[in-house]
This record gives sequence, structure tokens and C-alpha cells, in this order.
Amino acid sequence: MSARDTDWDGVRLHVVTGKGGTGKTTVAAALALALASGGRKVLLVEVEGRQGIAQLFDRPPLPYGERKIAIALGDEGKPNGDVYALAIDPEEAMLDYLEMFYGMRRAGRALTKIGVVDFATTIAPGLRDVLVTGKTSEAVRRKDANGRRIYDAVVLDAPPTGRISRFLNVTQEVAGLARVGPIKHHADLVRGVLASPETAVHFITLLEEMPVQETIDGLAELQAQGLPHGGIFINMVRPQVVPKAALDTAAKGRLDPNDLVLGLKAAGLAEGESQAETIASALAAEVTEHARRSHLEHRERRALARTKVPRYELPLLADGVDLAGLYELAECLRAQGAA
Amino acid sequence: MRNPPPLDVDALIDDPATRIIVCCGSGGVGKTTTAAALGLRAAERGRSVVVLTVDPAKRLAQSMGLTELDNTPRRVKGTRGSGELHAMMLDMKRTFDEIIEAHADPERAQQILTNPFYQSLSSSFSGTQEYMAMEKLGQLRHSGEWDLIIVDTPPSRSALDFLDAPERLGRFLDGRLIRILTAPAKAGGRSAFKLLNAGFGMVAGALTKVLGASVLKDIQTFVSALDAVFGGFRQRAEQTYQLLQASGTAFLVVAIPERDAIREASYFVERLAEERMPLVGLVVNRVHRSQITTLSAARSAAAAEELEARGEHPLTAAVLRLHSDRMQLAARERREQEHFTSTHPSVPVTEVSAMAEDVHDLDGLRTIGEQLGTGRPERTEASA
Repeated sequence: MSARDTDWDGVRLHVVTGKGGTGKTTVAAALALALASGGRKVLLVEVEGRQGIAQLFDRPPLPYGERKIAIALGDEGKPNGDVYALAIDPEEAMLDYLEMFYGMRRAGRALTKIGVVDFATTIAPGLRDVLVTGKTSEAVRRKDANGRRIYDAVVLDAPPTGRISRFLNVTQEVAGLARVGPIKHHADLVRGVLASPETAVHFITLLEEMPVQETIDGLAELQAQGLPHGGIFINMVRPQVVPKAALDTAAKGRLDPNDLVLGLKAAGLAEGESQAETIASALAAEVTEHARRSHLEHRERRALARTKVPRYELPLLADGVDLAGLYELAECLRAQGAA
Repeated sequence: MRNPPPLDVDALIDDPATRIIVCCGSGGVGKTTTAAALGLRAAERGRSVVVLTVDPAKRLAQSMGLTELDNTPRRVKGTRGSGELHAMMLDMKRTFDEIIEAHADPERAQQILTNPFYQSLSSSFSGTQEYMAMEKLGQLRHSGEWDLIIVDTPPSRSALDFLDAPERLGRFLDGRLIRILTAPAKAGGRSAFKLLNAGFGMVAGALTKVLGASVLKDIQTFVSALDAVFGGFRQRAEQTYQLLQASGTAFLVVAIPERDAIREASYFVERLAEERMPLVGLVVNRVHRSQITTLSAARSAAAAEELEARGEHPLTAAVLRLHSDRMQLAARERREQEHFTSTHPSVPVTEVSAMAEDVHDLDGLRTIGEQLGTGRPERTEASA
């Protein structure tokens, strides 16, 4: 363990959620890289069967098993720390569960044949989620021969905000299915891990109305269920290049294109007056649109601030997310104390 | 870049033969908004339209002047022209209850509706939403009240769950497992597991271990009650499936110009082709374009740098930086889109430009509808 203080010391399970399109998987991966930095071992878990992690790290689809997928970088940029990945397949998790608790792998195979596992993992309400969260919390608790935890942290790329509280509310989910019995017992065990201070649920958002609203609603739902929240990760933040005064003028649609005409001529971008004017008015329109967006972003940022939850910002990567971008985001998270 | 054929949305919605439009795509690409905007445009061009949404943002309901959406189509006020727009949101439990109530005698219906297993199946089974969406679609179609139904698909964990789920539910309810489960009930008691051979005995034992005996019993009662009401969930599933393949149905794949969404869109297109579902085109939302493409990202950035170095015209420099970023973003988006067009060159495409704000009212939906119709983002603030 490194001596650095971070905002989430003591948290071993980082659950990452967010509205579709906010970059949930990307941030989860960056967070795993950041947490692994300093010689730690982190497991990145995927549950939606999309193989998003493999794609992000330029790997072939992950099998059901924990594989090393990336090396984290330490303070001097030297390799220091490991990220493992696991794509949980509910069917395999079901067989694991049968073996672990009942020693029945062979019976499990037989069940698969007649569709029981298919039923249990896709049709039985909530069971699928319990299996997935169960497998994840097993990885969190797993210890080596010396009684030390195998993973310093586990990052779970969870379902989107709209489904997160149901997904995590395992006890409730199986309540209709089983009020007593083995599944209920298993769900209670999982709930114990999820509701403990070792867990934090992070929300990924953009500075847009819907994702911000979903984040605020999601936080309230979590609280109502007694589950521990983590931070808010504001993703794809654009750099502020235009001075605030100009932005305010532009937002009102009052930017004077003549200023731009002079500037464009000085920069040698326009030959005649009319060309300069054409370009200037088009540029002014672009700035106006940008200014309106900035104002909206400002409003959304304030709404997020009112939640009093720690917030982190991640820049929009101009070239899209690639491996280098992931490391950049990880560094950015470390710099802000998120990991 | 190879240009895809333009998607003629207006021709599609104007054609009286078009009866169902299904909007599909990954989460967060603006599927529901697209469905609502299409619905409004079609209504204002004279159609009688109902939009069936599965997961609407509250704001979208408000943008149509409805305080809330429920399982009954509500008329949207303030539309222009002779057509009508109705909107509704799927209530999957209600829809499921209605099927039971419509097909069972009151006593049996009660038996099913109060069964604990039914209650969780109808409200939280990950495929029920898809199944009920398709069921509702079938109902709307058969009612004949609307000449165009626009449906947006549930935000499934994998792209085409809504196609698979009915089949899966049907397979399950008709399948071998159910026969095993119901066998004891039919034979008059749980001990009837003994009637089964040793292999099944092991299965039953395992099931009891995993699920607990009480769950098993709930499932048995539920299934036998349901079975008596209407055998043939699979048959219903097949009917909806055929409805989707029928002429008069059109699938629109919705995406945004980002890698994941485009990849999903490609996957959708391929799956739809495999299933012989009638794809009409791709809608790309949130596209960034510039009016002054002659001023490249590089030239713009270089000029900004020079102005900054000379300490002159700071505003122009900032604006040029902004333009440079925008051009870069536009270029990246085009590259992402090319991944799609190069592998699916014959799929028609239409685009909707990125808006500064979310849609708040019918005017906002109308603007999007216009872009869907014309296919190319119009000047936004510049022309206003």
C-alpha cells in the first residue's frame, strides 16, 4: 500500500455506474489503472457481456477467468501495479456458485442442459444480479494463504444509472423469489459487502441535463437504500478557451463580428472585407453556440456541487479514447485524489 | 469519404404503407427523443401516430406537454395540421396483468396475479420489459386505431434483447424445465418427483437446493395456472416476431458518432439482417459540423498561435482555437462514421446536429424532426 492519502482509502469495492453514453467503462478502466498505481493489484470486473474492457485495452474477448490486462504506472512513470480483468458470465457464475456452496459442478452441467441455468440466469427475477454481485464480492473478500486479500481493490463496471439501485439491492431483488432458503442467504451475504464502508458507488456523468439529473436521482436512491455513495466523475470536460466576458456577450448573441474581422485580417486568414465578414459571422455563430453550452454546463456543475459529494473532472480526449488516453485519465484521477 | 445514400425520412413517414417504426440503438444515443421527434413530424404531416416509449425521461414527457406518461395513449396537444400524436409509456406489470385478466376466468386470474413468483416475474424479470413492449406493440397494431406506431426499444444490456427475449420467455414457458416442474403438480403432489428418472431426480434435488422448496412450489403453481389459461406463450412470441418482419414495419438504428455507439450500430444492422428484419436506415444524432470547412483545424490553430504570440486580438485567437477544436471533433466523428459506412455502404443515413440544450418543448422536437427529414444538419444559431 502506498502512503499517499486518497479520498477512498479503505474502499475495496468501487462500483462504477452512469447513464449510457457517459463513458462508464472508460472511467472504470482508468480508475482501475489509477488504483493499481503504487504496486497494487486491482481487478476490473465487467458484467454486461459487452466485452467493453477487452475492446478498451485492445485485447481479444476476455474468457471467464481473471486475466492480467494492463500494467499500471507509478510516480516516475515506471511499471508499478497490475490490473486484472474479469468478464462475468452469469451462467459460469451460477456453476461457480453451485460448486462453491454445494460441490455440485457436475449436477450444474446437467442443469445447463435442460435449461435450468438459462432459466436461473436470464429469467428468474434478480437471480442473475445476485450471481454477478456475488461473484464480485467473492473477489473482494478472497484471501491468500497468509490471510491477505488477493486484490487491493475491485472496480465493477456496473449497469447504467437507471438500473443500478435495483442491481445492488440484491436482498430486495430476490425477496419475491425467495424469502428464505439458500438464495436469500446468499443475497444477504452479498448485501453485507455492498452496504459496508468497503464499498463506494461512483457516478459518471457529463455536464448535460439528463445525465446530471440521473446522477442526482441515483444518489438519492442509493441513500434511501442505505448503500454507500462514492464520488461523481464528470467526464469529457471541454477546456475553456474563450474568456468569460466574451462568452457572456456571445451567449446573449451580441458578439460583435467586427472585432473578429479585424483579428482575422491581422492573422492573414481573410483576403478581402467580404471574405473576412463571412468567416467572422460563421465563427461568431460557433462561439454563440459554444457559449450557450458553457452556460448550461455551468448550471449543471452547480447542481452537482449541491450534492456535496466529492467531484472529479476528466478532460474530453480530442483523439478519442485509446490506451494512451486511458493512462492520461488515470493520471488525472490520481492528481485529484480519486485514487 | 464514401457518402452513404441519404435516408429519406419524410418518404418513410408519409408512406401510408409504413405502419410500424422501431427505433433501436445502444443506451444514451437519443433513441426516445428520435422516436418522439419522428412521431411529431409524422403527425404534422397528416398521420395518426402513437409513440410507445419504454423508458422516457420525465423531461421528454414534459416536452410533449404531458405531465406523465402511462400505459394508455395520451393525446399530445399543440400539434399542427390534421394528424394526431399520442404518446404512452409501457407499464410492463400492468400490461402483463391485462393479458392474464383478458385470458383467464376471474378466479384463476386472481390465483396467478397473487402468486409471488408471478409478481417478481412481471415486475423485474430482465426480459419481461422486452416481451411486454412487443406484446403492447401487437395490441396497438391490432386495435387499428393508429395508422403509424413508433416504438423505442428498451435499453437492453445487449443490443437486441428485445428480439431474443420473447423467444426466450416462450421457450422457457413451453420448455422441458416447465414440464418437469409442472409434472408433480399435475400428478397431484410434490412427491411426484419420484416418478421421474434418476437424472431428473438429481435435477430436482439441485433445484430445491438452489432455489429452496418454497420457491419451487410457487413456480409450479404459477406455471400450471398459467398453462391452463393459455398454452402457447411461444406462439404469441412468434406472432410478434412475424409482425416485426412484416412489410409495413421499418427499423431505424440510432447512434451517435462515437466508437462504441457506431460499433453497436453495426452489430444491430448485422443482427437485423440475420433475423430478416426490415432495416431502413441509420440516424446519427449529436453530430458536430462547421459552416466554414474551408478554414481547417490546422490553419485555424496556427493562426491562433500566431495572434497569441504577438499578443494581439485575444478574442479572435480564442475563437479560432474553438473552431480548430470543432473541426478536429468533426473530423473524428466522420472517421467513426466511416467505420460504419465502409462496412455497410448501402445503408441510408440521416444526421441530426448536436444541440446546446436538451429538448424542452414541441418546438425542440420539431427542429429535430426537420433535421431528420432533411438529412443534413441545418445552420443552427448562425442562420437565426
